[in-house]
Amino acid sequence: MPPDRQGRPALVLRGLQKLFGDVAAVDGVDLEVRQGEFVTLLGPSGSGKTTTLRMIAGFTGQTAGTIEIDGVDMSHVPPHRRDVGMIFQNYALFPHMTAAQNIAFPLEMRRAKRSEITRRVAEALALVKLDAFGHRFPRQLSGGQQQRIAFARAVVFHPQLLLMDEPLGALDKKLREALQLEVMHISRQLGATVIYVTHDQEEALVMSDRIAIFSRGRIEQLGRGEDLYDRPVSLFVADFIGESNILRGRFERDGGGGWLVRDDARWRVSAAQVERAALGSGSAAALVIRPERLRMVGPDETGATAGTNTIQASVRDALYLGSTRKYELTMMDGRAARVRRQLGGGEREWQPGDRVGLVWAVDDAVLVSDPQG
Amino acid sequence: MAIDSWRQPRRLFLLAIGGLTVFFLMVPTLVVVPMSVTSSNALTFPPEGFSTRWYEKMLTDRQWSTGFINSAQTALLAALLATVLGTLAAIGTARGRFPGRSAVNALILSPLIVPVIIIAIGMFSVFVRWKIAGSMVGLVMAHTALAVPFVVVNVTTSLRTMDRNLELAAQSLGAGPVRTFRRITLPLIMPGMLAGGLFAFITSWDEVVVAIFLTSARFRTLPVEMWEQVRQVVDPTVAAVSTTLLAVTTTLLLLAFVARRQGPAR
Repeated sequence: MPPDRQGRPALVLRGLQKLFGDVAAVDGVDLEVRQGEFVTLLGPSGSGKTTTLRMIAGFTGQTAGTIEIDGVDMSHVPPHRRDVGMIFQNYALFPHMTAAQNIAFPLEMRRAKRSEITRRVAEALALVKLDAFGHRFPRQLSGGQQQRIAFARAVVFHPQLLLMDEPLGALDKKLREALQLEVMHISRQLGATVIYVTHDQEEALVMSDRIAIFSRGRIEQLGRGEDLYDRPVSLFVADFIGESNILRGRFERDGGGGWLVRDDARWRVSAAQVERAALGSGSAAALVIRPERLRMVGPDETGATAGTNTIQASVRDALYLGSTRKYELTMMDGRAARVRRQLGGGEREWQPGDRVGLVWAVDDAVLVSDPQG
Repeated sequence: MAIDSWRQPRRLFLLAIGGLTVFFLMVPTLVVVPMSVTSSNALTFPPEGFSTRWYEKMLTDRQWSTGFINSAQTALLAALLATVLGTLAAIGTARGRFPGRSAVNALILSPLIVPVIIIAIGMFSVFVRWKIAGSMVGLVMAHTALAVPFVVVNVTTSLRTMDRNLELAAQSLGAGPVRTFRRITLPLIMPGMLAGGLFAFITSWDEVVVAIFLTSARFRTLPVEMWEQVRQVVDPTVAAVSTTLLAVTTTLLLLAFVARRQGPAR
């Protein structure tokens, strides 16, 4: 990440809100993005991430709150004066202009000299490795090529901010993965500050410095991918990022740590988790355990050393996925669980029908409140 | 095979029905073409002999050539006005958000539905008071009103099929509203404007009902001239004029069709 050159954030959103009638599409979003940072707004459709992006671009006015770009209040500045590059899911290339004319457009709008336009268009085409395609019209380009041209067009004028609205959503998986890396590398190379919208959690994890998880018009959690995966603040985040096993119950404090109690079972919760979750004793809570953090042992080996929990289960399916094996299990209470184990470590493999104990280290389970509990 | 054997007669039946429909629609129109090259002095079908003298007469006769010029001028002016006004109206009603938008839209499109004779009578009584009945100004205004719906419909279709993100993209790239319109919107709705303009021209070009009310002995358009002539002398020149009119209209319609296919939706 490039150093914070001007010493001020590239983008600051404060209390951003958007009402459509009585419905809040965006309901109080605060976000501060550093210069050169790649921040992804991730969430299900209707969570407010795209509306937030459109407000940053100036396409939609906010109901309340402020938008500051590079220290300047842009809350009421029209889109063409915000100096923001935007990339759309459907590319939005001008169909009546060639690729080169498309890329030249923002430079012409800034009244650049003809010679400079020619030079910078050529540079931008080279940047996206489409040097030989400048004379083609959008309809003569493939989807991936069109998005590369759209990217070149959005960066050629070195905007303060680069906004991308699910730019790879219309492409097939392989191309998408290749372009993820390309977009990421070029953005870093240019030192561009990027706000990226997607509903694809894998894409978010691959590309972003930080991810803002959106839910119901708010940022549910903001952090690096590792933070979100290892320390989700809510069931929603845990469920949205990666796979998880969720044990619901009631939280009971016990000294520094505590227990999650359900019916006649109880599982130990580490003191660190209790402190982080800040839940009151007796409140509805859940433990989130990632599939790769569960170990499987024979039903008689309790495996329950100090600092671990165990739950009994039976193997329903053992799925071979190349480098890993994924087990679908049924716990004793009838609920589903899943475990992912690396293959080739000499670890014992299990068959459908096997009865096993699922063991996890107390520190590997995250305690969150359970809004449905 | 078994399917084809019961399908074949059905297809023939459909073809026959379709063919007959086209025949009955086209023949009364096309019948003027052979009639225009008759060598006889009477407007008869089938024509007798072959001669181009009625075309010569059409071109040399002052009444016909004046009518032709009047019609062309009126149609051109009405088409230009209708294209400009209709495009603005289409943008306003397709993009604008204001109370009574659908009412305004219905009003603009009403000339398509209201019987022309009613429009003619209404306009005549108003234009007489304004002292523009019987002049080109009045007829251009009337024909503009009749032609605007065609432009609005065509341009609205272009606007609807156009990707709104293109305008947003242009704005984010630094183009203000005016430059966005000139550089992006206008080129992309141009085919719709062109098609609408051609339809507008044709609307005025062969319009006779309103024209009968709004023309005078000093200012007469081609269709009105034909109407007058047919009532007085039945002379095959009318057939020659009709054929010319038909040729112009058909050519323009084909052009409009081509323009519409060059839509921005690609």
